[in-house]
Amino acid sequence: MHIVVCIKQVPDSAQIRVHPVTNTIMRQGVPAIVNPYDLYSLEEALRIKDQYGGRVTVLSMGPPQAETALRKAISFGADDAILVTDRAFAGSDTLATSYALASAIRQIEKDIPVDMVFAGKQTIDGDTAQVGPGIAKRLDMLLLTYVSKIRDIDLENKTITVERRAEGGVQVLKTKLPCLVTVLEGTNEMRFATMTNMFRAARHPLKVWDKEKAGIEDVTKIGLKGSPTIVSKVFAPTPKSVRAEIIDTESNQPKDLAVTLLAKLFTKKPDLAKDIAKNAS
Amino acid sequence: MDEKFDAIVVGAGPSGNSAAYLLAKAGLKVLQIERGEYPGSKNVQGAILYSDALERVIPDFREDAPLERHIVEQQMWVLDDESYVGNTYRSAEFNKEPYNRYTIIRAQFDKWFSKKVQDAGALLICETTVSDLLMDGNRVIGIQVDREGGAVYADIVILADGVNSLLAKKAGFHPELDPKDVALAVKEIHFLPQETVQERFNIGEDEGVVIEMVGKITQGMMGTGFLYTNKESITIGVGCMLSDFKKQKTTPYALLEQMKTHPAIKPIIAGGEMKEYTAHLIPEGGYKAIPKICGDGWLMVGDAAMFVNAVHREGSNLAMTSGRLAAETVIALKEAGKEMTAANLALYREKLDDSFLMKDLKKYKNMPEILHSNPQFFTTYPELVNRAAHSMLTVDGVDKKSKEREIRGNFVGKRSLFGLMGDAFKLWRAFE
Amino acid sequence: MSQDTEQRKPARKKVELDPKLAAYKGVWVFVEHERGHVHPVSWELMGEGRKLADKLGVELAGIVMGAPGEETRQFCSEAIRFGADLCYLMEDVILKDYRNEPFTKGLTDLVNTYQPEILLIGATTLGRDLAGSVATTLKTGLTADCTELAIDLENRSLAATRPTFGGSLLCTIVTLNYRPQMATVRPRVMAMASYDDTRTGRTIEHPLGMIEDMIITKVLEYIPDNLQGKPQLAFADIIVSGGRGLKKPENFQLIWDLAKVLGAEVGATRPVVQAGWVEADRQVGQSGKTVRPKLYIAAGISGAIQHRVGMEDSDVIIAINSDPNAPIFDFATYGIVGNAMVILPALTEAFRQHLSTVKLAG
Ligand SMILES: Cc1cc2nc3c(=O)[nH]c(=O)nc-3n(C[C@H](O)[C@H](O)[C@H](O)COP(=O)(O)OP(=O)(O)OC[C@H]3O[C@@H](n4cnc5c(N)ncnc54)[C@H](O)[C@@H]3O)c2cc1C
Ligand SMILES: Cc1cc2nc3c(=O)[nH]c(=O)nc-3n(C[C@H](O)[C@H](O)[C@H](O)COP(=O)(O)OP(=O)(O)OC[C@H]3O[C@@H](n4cnc5c(N)ncnc54)[C@H](O)[C@@H]3O)c2cc1C
Ligand SMILES: Nc1ncnc2c1ncn2[C@@H]1O[C@H](COP(=O)(O)O)[C@@H](O)[C@H]1O
Repeated sequence: MHIVVCIKQVPDSAQIRVHPVTNTIMRQGVPAIVNPYDLYSLEEALRIKDQYGGRVTVLSMGPPQAETALRKAISFGADDAILVTDRAFAGSDTLATSYALASAIRQIEKDIPVDMVFAGKQTIDGDTAQVGPGIAKRLDMLLLTYVSKIRDIDLENKTITVERRAEGGVQVLKTKLPCLVTVLEGTNEMRFATMTNMFRAARHPLKVWDKEKAGIEDVTKIGLKGSPTIVSKVFAPTPKSVRAEIIDTESNQPKDLAVTLLAKLFTKKPDLAKDIAKNAS
Repeated sequence: MDEKFDAIVVGAGPSGNSAAYLLAKAGLKVLQIERGEYPGSKNVQGAILYSDALERVIPDFREDAPLERHIVEQQMWVLDDESYVGNTYRSAEFNKEPYNRYTIIRAQFDKWFSKKVQDAGALLICETTVSDLLMDGNRVIGIQVDREGGAVYADIVILADGVNSLLAKKAGFHPELDPKDVALAVKEIHFLPQETVQERFNIGEDEGVVIEMVGKITQGMMGTGFLYTNKESITIGVGCMLSDFKKQKTTPYALLEQMKTHPAIKPIIAGGEMKEYTAHLIPEGGYKAIPKICGDGWLMVGDAAMFVNAVHREGSNLAMTSGRLAAETVIALKEAGKEMTAANLALYREKLDDSFLMKDLKKYKNMPEILHSNPQFFTTYPELVNRAAHSMLTVDGVDKKSKEREIRGNFVGKRSLFGLMGDAFKLWRAFE
Repeated sequence: MSQDTEQRKPARKKVELDPKLAAYKGVWVFVEHERGHVHPVSWELMGEGRKLADKLGVELAGIVMGAPGEETRQFCSEAIRFGADLCYLMEDVILKDYRNEPFTKGLTDLVNTYQPEILLIGATTLGRDLAGSVATTLKTGLTADCTELAIDLENRSLAATRPTFGGSLLCTIVTLNYRPQMATVRPRVMAMASYDDTRTGRTIEHPLGMIEDMIITKVLEYIPDNLQGKPQLAFADIIVSGGRGLKKPENFQLIWDLAKVLGAEVGATRPVVQAGWVEADRQVGQSGKTVRPKLYIAAGISGAIQHRVGMEDSDVIIAINSDPNAPIFDFATYGIVGNAMVILPALTEAFRQHLSTVKLAG
């Protein structure tokens, strides 16, 4: 069983600030983390390796600093790591990104065939949930998104049975390997790395691939050129101009405030009283 | 598989990084363990960087270190509730390269420093806490970390794990910290656009200002406030002795909140967006609080060894200096083929005694006690000084001579003339 | 959607569209349904699609894919009543349950055959799975999770706006040289289209052209969610939400008390959910639910942007906060500056009394 897990290094969006004047993102001092959703995929892949044997290769496309994310994956137990990095990839949208990653996976496959690819449900910076499906289509792999449980893998017949989150319930799906899986958050909990793996991660010779090594044949399909979508504008949400009417009474006793508020509310929205009455009954 | 190194450095702050860098550069097999997610993630500092100490470790640090602003102006404020009396020193000298002091943001600075350490060949492992020292009798032979398979061995373990070193305490090298020997400091970084920072302080692109504050902001506790300019943010903080916080039953957070509303401080940070809030201990016991700093198979550097000069707000430079001297000691012993015994490691103490580090700490060795037993330095005097200034600067038909008389009267009224002179003498003695 | 919004150059203005692409006409809305129910986001999109189509002067079409039968056809006529001019219908037993392979092939075929210029899909688990696959197969641009759609008439292009970087910024994305222009849209951010049961329109049927043997993935089972007792925030008319300002989990009971009187759902901010005071299903905001109730009562909530985006479209917002400068007062309808712990019980009591008088009055 050879599993490739796609992970992305992202800025910790909880710590991102917007410059109040220029509306640009201030990345200064914002730590980069492994996209949290990718950790569920990685852990699931590692569990499959634990149970069925095999190898886990992690793959990331990004700037040289993304090395940290890959090392982290190794500390959790991934066997090998590949960083695809090249200026030519700058500005790639999801279509271009999935092209590049799919191409890299084909290169990986030249050494050892790939049985499964894992991607995160979505990233916290791009937030699109498109790269996973994109890679699957480009590799002509079967696609299982929002998987909440892997029920069974039949190595002999190369089949997999999973539970997949749908809008109103859970689908139990059975399909064939190779396939691409994206994992739902909360499916598992990432393990705590052993000291041996920490040492391995710190020393692991990372594979760094430029666009040639990643097997990119058509440079018009990567970077800005290969990206159909164009960001035309980035802006801060405009604040609503009307401020709240602050309820104020002479006494400012809670009871008076509440009664005054209700009077205003039901004058403005007479129907609301009926809605409430209906709901409350 | 047991891992064995020439040296293990616990902690990736300025002291640990200095030691690990020099050891690795000298060709030793070095392992550095840091409990934070990355070096700097857990570290708190004002932060002023003093060039000299770093230069002696990395001479060309200015080429790529993340420095915010070099300091061109130092202000000292004495505050009461409404006002402050201050002095300012700004000099064109400070604008000549090489600059002597910089503001830095520790998270970035520590990351940079750590990269240097790793490039020099040390192996760094983060998110890992050293939970114990491995002993063979009295000799430290390695460390135990909080992970499966976590025993690692080394000829020497350098404890650079900062103030309140749990390891040192566990191993009995270090008594429990005395609350009167540690300050608790809190600090916030407020984001403001670069242009705003420059306008508010009347400074150029890379120039910075330091404001040190004493007075009513610490509500009678022994401590100081500070405000530094970074590239696009302002750092503001306050620190007081832990023992005082306990006595006063107030929290550092409340103190800082109160301080931010001071009429002189509020407009400086107005409109800023708070980026981070951190709290950290500072060992301020001075010379008399320094514990045992080396033994068989171990050395202690930086805050762990209480190397902080509270009067001048110096810490990171002492950390880097002690880290460097520790490394030099270990390298010298290695080269001479000597063992890392307590007797041989005494060389470290000699080197420290020879340096500005111990000399300065000795000079101020009485300072903490004097300030402790004379709270008027933080309450009465600031108030009187401010009142005096107010009186002199208010034009109200009262002649200046009468005003002077009244001011003197105020001082003597609050504290006898004898007391005043005594205070002055005590301060002078401490600085001597 | 760009992976790195910062690096992208701004759009060049005025692009000559390849004549082959210029042939792409019309706005499509994918009608998502599962287990006999159309997902409301489809009708929200129908309302939005109508505006876009009118602006472009083209037709609006609903896309219905499903098992042959009355139900599927019913969705076609509903699509028209919700505003579509026509409906493309693809019926096949294979399409009974959603599966990526046949749906991707079916929708891709429809697009290639009938060539719409815009294709809108709900940003649901189904929608995102399908949209990502179809866009890659068609090699066109897809903007995910949009909150606003507009037409840039100069280029006849779709300007799709979405939150980026954790919701602190918005970005507008266009797809100039590719057709169709695809977008997935977040449920509950757009108003539902109005229903007009007199509307009629054409239905164009198109075969899937697959047999079950061609499809590798099989649905073994479908386990519907047990909704009993599960919060149904997204469609609640009234929501009472609490934030960190309530200080202690015990105080959250005040929220439940008011909700009970109002027959309302209970919502919360992320810190409250993270602290475990209420279940995760109750989180309102960017990483929680988007809601648009008739009445939203926010107590002890600061109104951070990530919370705001999830609830600001509520009809009436009442905010209770002790800090007169709390951002929530910037967009609430009514505000009470005060301690939630005393205001909430007073409000509960006032509503209780009001309701009893309403009841008495019949
Ligand atoms: C608010 C404030 C303002 C200050 N301002 C200044 C200033 O302006 N200028 C100045 O020079 N100094 C200043 N100082 C002092 C200065 O920050 C310290 O003296 C300096 O950081 C000490 O360096 P260190 O390497 O000894 O310890 P630290 O920087 O504290 O580093 C110790 C490291 O060890 C790690 N660690 C701890 N325990 C373990 C363990 N068990 N296992 C693994 N890792 C561990 C920690 O995570 C940390 O990274 C200030 C301090 C504070 C709190
Ligand atoms: C990527 C990302 C996604 C996020 N997603 C979400 C999301 O989906 N939903 C969400 O809610 N948040 C989300 N957040 C978090 C969000 O940024 C805010 O931190 C959060 O909404 C704040 O919650 P709060 O208003 O409960 O708490 P606070 O911001 O702490 O506000 C508490 C408020 O209570 C007031 N208060 C205090 N005491 C009282 C009292 N006695 N009576 C009345 N008022 C009082 C205070 O004045 C204050 O305004 C997200 C953040 C990030 C970075
Ligand atoms: N640059 C990248 N390198 C590796 N994997 C990526 C990259 N971008 C996206 N992915 C994968 O695709 C998933 C979905 O990303 P997104 O479509 O951006 O939400 C992520 O969780 C990753 O697993």
